[in-house]
Amino acid sequence: MKLDEITSTASRATREGFGAGLLELGRQNPNVVGLTADLMESLQMHHFQAAFPERFFQVGIAEANMMGIAAGLATGGKIPYTGTFANFSTGRVYDQIRQSIAYSHKNVKICASHAGVTLGEDGATHQILEDIGMMRMLPGMVVLNPCDFNQTKAATIAIAEYHGPVYLRFGRPAWPIFTPENQKFRIGKALHLTSGKDVTIFATGHLVWTSIEAAKELAAQGISCEVINIHTIKPLDEEAILDSVSKTRAVVVAEEHQRNGGLGDAIANLLVHQLPVPMEYVGVKDAFGESGKPTELLDKFGLGKKDVLWAVKDVLDRKRG
Amino acid sequence: MADISQLKELAAQVRRDIVRMVYNCQSGHPGGSLGCTEFFVALYGNVLKHKPKPFKMEGKGQDVFFLSNGHISPVWYSVLARSGYFEVKELNTFRKINSRLQGHPATHEGLPGVRIASGSLGQGISVAIGAALAKRLDQDKRWVFCLTGDGELEEGQCWEAIMAAAHHKVDNLVVTVDWNGQQIDGPTEQVMSLGNLPAKWKAFGWDVLILEEGNNLEAVIAMLKRAKRRTGKGKPVVILMKTQMGHGVDFMVGTHKWHGKAPNAEQFELAMKQLPETSLGDY
Repeated sequence: MKLDEITSTASRATREGFGAGLLELGRQNPNVVGLTADLMESLQMHHFQAAFPERFFQVGIAEANMMGIAAGLATGGKIPYTGTFANFSTGRVYDQIRQSIAYSHKNVKICASHAGVTLGEDGATHQILEDIGMMRMLPGMVVLNPCDFNQTKAATIAIAEYHGPVYLRFGRPAWPIFTPENQKFRIGKALHLTSGKDVTIFATGHLVWTSIEAAKELAAQGISCEVINIHTIKPLDEEAILDSVSKTRAVVVAEEHQRNGGLGDAIANLLVHQLPVPMEYVGVKDAFGESGKPTELLDKFGLGKKDVLWAVKDVLDRKRG
Repeated sequence: MADISQLKELAAQVRRDIVRMVYNCQSGHPGGSLGCTEFFVALYGNVLKHKPKPFKMEGKGQDVFFLSNGHISPVWYSVLARSGYFEVKELNTFRKINSRLQGHPATHEGLPGVRIASGSLGQGISVAIGAALAKRLDQDKRWVFCLTGDGELEEGQCWEAIMAAAHHKVDNLVVTVDWNGQQIDGPTEQVMSLGNLPAKWKAFGWDVLILEEGNNLEAVIAMLKRAKRRTGKGKPVVILMKTQMGHGVDFMVGTHKWHGKAPNAEQFELAMKQLPETSLGDY
């Protein structure tokens, strides 16, 4: 697709895509059940709850218990979707996920909203920036971070077809919609958004749109970016990454996450073994978030369009040597 | 279904298995395993409706059991093997490299009879609730059973689960607490007092049964059957089962010191003298 053909005319939160997807999935698959730890509407699970009250379990403010109950429901053949904030979906319940879900290979879908600094005013206690790292370290865990409403909806529906634990990460704010409605979501398949020859920008989640905007600005300056949407951080689409990098030989990775442990490290791990090239990270530099508006926070923590622009220029300088 | 004399013989053999397994690999948890022998023999030999082969993870139409205090794996493995889930000789691989009989129970290596990993404590009641809710959704009238330790109740997740089971009226669930009063660092009352355990469970909305003789096979069977009769009435059921840690081996009895320790050669000989051989034979 040509870069200027990627446009957005509407914005909606990725968590709304999750809510819409779960409702649609509930109609398709009677084995799907929902659980929440007192955040039903924040996760937009009230649509599913209203339609299928007998298949929805409110567990109160008790995330550890929710993960255990979900593992038990999966043992009995159900496909549980747990819903709470990303912080409480990961760090708070890491051992429950590790033992009862990941090690036991239970078919639990851990659905995590309000990830990253775009949660906004609630501040660092709620803004997890380490969740991708924690989840991708667990053997066998699938880790997804779709980029907009449509893709989050599609991912929510698609993961029911995969048997095994999945971490599905999404966010709070309204965000530009630019991927097709009713798209087919394929776990582990990177999406090539636009071709370029100078640098590849691998982005995930909210920062895919940011990267497209940056690429448009760079195109006007004569820099040709290849933008690839890595909605699946694990398993990583190694073939797509190596194909692109062997052509551009310069990499920028953009994610709303710590530089430690996230998509950048996953790609670096691949490239350092197979195709070492200059690489830059757009991510949070070993810091906690803080209160503020999402756009202010993205800017302050180095996750804005300007940060992608700088990273591209830095990496191109290194490529030219 | 086996008669009581056969079950007593099975219990005697299970005790021999436990001590030999722990001795053979020089690690594992004999104390709680010996203390819960009657419970496992009663459950698998008389109470559960279950089909060892082919083992079905979902357990539809069967009773299912979850072990929350996974460290007492020796007793569970022995009873599973002698109930037909896998070959008895496989007990010899316990805690050894390339074994399905991991130190703590796991599904990862595909051991029949195990439906979830346990070992990190406090998670089993939650899992059992989930399985019970799945049965309710499927209109499956069978039961879910769960065993937890008493020291394990110091984990906060247990009380989250205990609260949730009552709230959701999970009345196809029978939880048993191994109330032996011991944990790794000493008696529970010294390490972290459990207070009035029956009153706590009752206050959380459970139907509470107390079994004073958790090492009396007939009493355990009768209590498990009684617990089943108390289900279906809108409340989850708990059995607070008093057992003796290390029961059957005099120098292991009633002390936390044998929670997670293997006997040496001399202690092993001494223990085996106290545990009579049975017609079932050693593994």
